[in-house]
Amino acid sequence: MSSATPNAQSQEKAEGDDFVPKIIVFCCNWCSYAGADLAGVSRLQMPPHFRVIRVMCSARVDPEFVLRAIQKGADGVLVAGCHPADCHYIGGNYRTRRRIALLRMLLQQFGYDPDRLRLEWISAGEGEKFQKTMVDFTKTIEEIGASPMRGGD
Amino acid sequence: MPENTSTEKEKPRIGVFICHCGSNIGGFVDVKAVTEYASTLPDVAYATDNLYTCAEDGLNNIKETIKEHNLDRIIVASCTPRTHAPLFQRTCEAAGVNKYMFTFVNLREHCSWVHMKEKEKATQKAKDLVRMGVARARFLEPQEETRVDVTPTALVVGGGVSGMTAALSLANMGFPVHLVEKDKELGGFVRSLHALMMTTKSANETIRPLIDKVNAHKNITQHLSSHVASVEGFIGNYDVSIGGDGAEPKEVKVGTIIVATGAVPLVPDGLFGYKEHPGIITSSEFEELCNKKELPRLKSVAFIQCAGARGQKVSYCSRICCNVAIKSAIHIAENRDNILGVTEEKAAEAGEAVEEPAAEKKAEEEGSERRRRRRGRGRQAEDGAGEEGAAPSSGVEVTVFNRDVMAYGVENELEFNKAREKRVKFVRYGPDNLPKVSVKDGKLEVGYFHETLKMERTMPVDMVILSTPLVAQPDAATLSQLLKVPLGQDGFFQEAHVKLRPVDFATDGVYVCGACRGPADIAESVSQAAGAASRASIPLANGFVQAEALTSVVDETKCTGCGTCVEVCPYSALRKNDEGISEVIAAACKGCGCCGATCPEGAITMTHYTDQQLLAEAKAALEEV
Repeated sequence: MSSATPNAQSQEKAEGDDFVPKIIVFCCNWCSYAGADLAGVSRLQMPPHFRVIRVMCSARVDPEFVLRAIQKGADGVLVAGCHPADCHYIGGNYRTRRRIALLRMLLQQFGYDPDRLRLEWISAGEGEKFQKTMVDFTKTIEEIGASPMRGGD
Repeated sequence: MPENTSTEKEKPRIGVFICHCGSNIGGFVDVKAVTEYASTLPDVAYATDNLYTCAEDGLNNIKETIKEHNLDRIIVASCTPRTHAPLFQRTCEAAGVNKYMFTFVNLREHCSWVHMKEKEKATQKAKDLVRMGVARARFLEPQEETRVDVTPTALVVGGGVSGMTAALSLANMGFPVHLVEKDKELGGFVRSLHALMMTTKSANETIRPLIDKVNAHKNITQHLSSHVASVEGFIGNYDVSIGGDGAEPKEVKVGTIIVATGAVPLVPDGLFGYKEHPGIITSSEFEELCNKKELPRLKSVAFIQCAGARGQKVSYCSRICCNVAIKSAIHIAENRDNILGVTEEKAAEAGEAVEEPAAEKKAEEEGSERRRRRRGRGRQAEDGAGEEGAAPSSGVEVTVFNRDVMAYGVENELEFNKAREKRVKFVRYGPDNLPKVSVKDGKLEVGYFHETLKMERTMPVDMVILSTPLVAQPDAATLSQLLKVPLGQDGFFQEAHVKLRPVDFATDGVYVCGACRGPADIAESVSQAAGAASRASIPLANGFVQAEALTSVVDETKCTGCGTCVEVCPYSALRKNDEGISEVIAAACKGCGCCGATCPEGAITMTHYTDQQLLAEAKAALEEV
């Protein structure tokens, strides 16, 4: 699909070694934000390239938020919510799951690597999972390279 | 993106307080540099750093600075909002700043503690996080929390031990209670049982006083042979329709609802030869036979534990079955109440006076508790099959085939020991080596692998009692839909928090107790019911509830009335008004924001988590600096 999408992967790796990824993490207040807190309390070290935005539920993450973040130069967006059947708001995370699946397809159609957007279930007790996710997602984004939107608007 | 609130309205005056948290932040982030940076950000009127912002002098500093610098929104950059937001919000309010004009920036859990070896990068991140907080704060709006009146009446669904206890507790507090029971009598599952653990009274004698008290209580309105047909509304103001057998539905108004619908025993179709021989029965059928005095004369009885549980038909341990089997085994071994059909004569103690049911600690019909784990039990292997000398007092050989005996706690362990004193044999089987029940020439036998002897053995028996797990009520899903409360994987109602909120639902105003949230014995059900009643009484006693001002807001000019939000709202907090436009029932809205993300017109946003605020935060995070 890359031929029809010139701003995609072909340019993405051009940044070189001093690429510092910008990663936005939407955390739901009840599980994932608390999981991130637990990672902190447990002093689990991780790459410093992510910025957490707290929302009440992962289902609050409007597709527009993700697309705007990409537009403004985010190299990666992670949405983290409660595990299935564990949503504080009964079933918001199921909506999130569907939305993110669709959004990933949409990103691909626009020529972005869909792995720039990831959904993870991280419970309040999973500090370690939060850390591992951050380490792994940062690695993924470093491999994909800088977003073609970096520096643009 | 409109970003010009600051020009339209009065220019915001933001105060930023950056905390060292001793060395927790200060040791890994250059707090002075972050403070200096904060003071350069747009609309920041004042920025300072404190050693401990949450300490008395830190809080006083916030209050004084608000007055001195005429600040209208406050940012504290320190630890996590999950623990400290209420404290700083109160401080803001004390200084006349609306608590929704406060923003938290998490520099400790999300920065200094997770980037302890790279101060420069951590400092840069801290600056980014503060910039994000300032960007958000610029768009904050003061919010009014709504107060909703509460109808001081409760609904209890289920007239078993749990439901009756809950109803009685609330009624005793002076609140009118509607008690809905689908059967034509109160008593629930316990009514079908014969004997209970650790009490010489029958099951019916044990719960009789409870039923009598419910019957006599003027505050309790019973709806027998009835079910909840529909529920509308939210905490404090539910309109419930109660349907009965052919009768017109009755409409009641209640403020809080307790779910106490109990559980049912699993029917072990296809397991252990169930129904292939009249001697293969479940433990609840055993109770019925005892009640009817139809138990045949027996020489040898086998219990099979975990019949259908722990990986067979259901995954979980039903907790109560081991103690039920121990109880029944003792009763058979003792021929208690002449249950073995030796005589029809009633036990002498049947006429005994009955005691207070709520304090009926001994009424452990089932017994078992998830939290306390099984203790080591090395002696269990002393089972043996047939090599014991002395016969039990009733002359009946009782063998309990088990995977492990879950006789937790003091009383259950004593009963377990007592059973072994009565020569009840406990024979262990592995999950890959289930006992096999077969019929040979019309006689029952149990084949099993003897783990000590490491060989297959066969035991002729007269009766096989299958200890099947309690499973969720088949209609639990219906009620869960009506009340908008969740069921867990196994179909039981799921509480708000497995440890800290065991009798609340995540939905305010609805509570849960007893076996409908997982297998529980009588004592546990009574405790849970008292807990649920206590929780349910709080809004009733207060007379109002204060709703957090985190709700969705519909822009009527943008709404096209497609109804998608109404469909996705898990709390029925959106409805279409007479003009076909969506409107929010603020008291029912929990502020998840699902509707906002769903609305195809962008007509819905959330107070305090507006699109504008969140996008400003994201944009600030991505600024190239």
